[in-house]
Amino acid sequence: MSAFNRRTALAGIAALATGACSKVADSPAGRTLAKAAEGWHRGAHRKLASRQALAREYDKADISPDFRGNGTIRISEEAYQADLAAGFPGWQLKVGGLVDNPMTLSMDDIRALPQRTQITRHDCVEGWSAIGEWTGPQLGHVLDAAKVQEGANFIIFRCADSFRQGPYYESVDMVDAYHPQTIIAHMLNGEAIPQKNGAPLRMRIERQLGYKHAKFLTGIQAVASLDEVGLGKGGYWEDHHGYQWYAGI
Amino acid sequence: MTGQTDKDTQTGKPVKRHALSTRIWHWVNAICLIILFMSGLNISNAHRYLYWGKAGSMPEEAWLHVIRFPEWATIPGRYDLAEARDWHSLAAWPFALALLFMWIAMLMNRHFAADITTSKADWKPAAIWHDIVSHAKLKFAHDPAAGKYNFLQKLAYGLVLGVMLPLLIFTGLAISPGFEPAAPWLVDIFGGRQSARSVHFITAFALLAFFIVHLLLVLLTGPIKQMKDMIVGGKA
Repeated sequence: MSAFNRRTALAGIAALATGACSKVADSPAGRTLAKAAEGWHRGAHRKLASRQALAREYDKADISPDFRGNGTIRISEEAYQADLAAGFPGWQLKVGGLVDNPMTLSMDDIRALPQRTQITRHDCVEGWSAIGEWTGPQLGHVLDAAKVQEGANFIIFRCADSFRQGPYYESVDMVDAYHPQTIIAHMLNGEAIPQKNGAPLRMRIERQLGYKHAKFLTGIQAVASLDEVGLGKGGYWEDHHGYQWYAGI
Repeated sequence: MTGQTDKDTQTGKPVKRHALSTRIWHWVNAICLIILFMSGLNISNAHRYLYWGKAGSMPEEAWLHVIRFPEWATIPGRYDLAEARDWHSLAAWPFALALLFMWIAMLMNRHFAADITTSKADWKPAAIWHDIVSHAKLKFAHDPAAGKYNFLQKLAYGLVLGVMLPLLIFTGLAISPGFEPAAPWLVDIFGGRQSARSVHFITAFALLAFFIVHLLLVLLTGPIKQMKDMIVGGKA
């Protein structure tokens, strides 16, 4: 009897803990604490390693046989499908916002810039990892050419795809924007990026989780504050599903 | 304080069965572990496959297909990867800092040396067998001269404090892409990120097994007194 009571009590405590946790998490104090912890993680990572410290680069032999696609893996619009079939001759990447020299880059312009090739591991927030070889110009190079203004604190990445609740976008701060491995990739494993992985252009933000690596890239925008964009949390998943803006953990 | 004498040799005050540092750590650790485990189950539901090596993303590469954990067992009580990750990475801080505090306290107050360190004699097969047999017979009384804990207890507490809990922290750090540039060797030690993730999962369940046995033994050995002693200290 007493064992039964104990079990009931334990189950009750577990249920209470779950319920209480949800209440705490949804409270303003809970949200503030979670936000604060996100700042501790970013601070700790940047204290422990240099701000320019590189993510691991791998050998060709480590490349995953199939680079998994997630989120938007197909854009059904006819214009995109026609572009994809033709090899994106008319794709435009707009660089604007707080810059002195706004630019519109074609795929040829992007391929003509100095290139970086890196074999890195892509870690999805869900838990899986895939290794691939990415090629493209460094974002820092493009930002310098566009002459980013003093007041810019974040770089917004605009995308051609919309997910369930709206257009996809992402953002990073200037530390990650100017990180040597932050590239605008147009090739995966030596070929044009497949549709499921973000054709024709995808950001690589190597020290953060996969949802930061904006796919189907159409625009790069320098802003002073994240408040100006979307719902103000710096990205699609951040705005609509409460994901962490700093995704280094 | 050696934990074995009735009075502290310097102050003459009666010594508690559990030092204050042990009691504080025990409950902070318990709360953190419950949150970490239950939010961890929610995170596991996001991708229910475990791999060995550096990478892995397809079910056919997995060494284990994990069950979907029911909502009553997860924090929060519905599938929410973002909120579960908030809980998990938040609770990781007090969990890791409390363990560090416990190790410092345990080395300073000699709790580790006096009560948890095993002696050579403890490792004699006959002595170990004797301990196993008496545990199986649910006889937990032991020779007080041999110390506060018997061999199996020392082994269990030593493994939990010295191996399992630190392993959870280090494998957790090794999974983090932002931490990796600071200590890439940590990821190598475990054989790659997906191996670290697998070890993290296995260790969590090994710890659950310890927790169940720990709870059962408390229930079998006077739970009211055991709980009270872990709260107010109890007599040595």
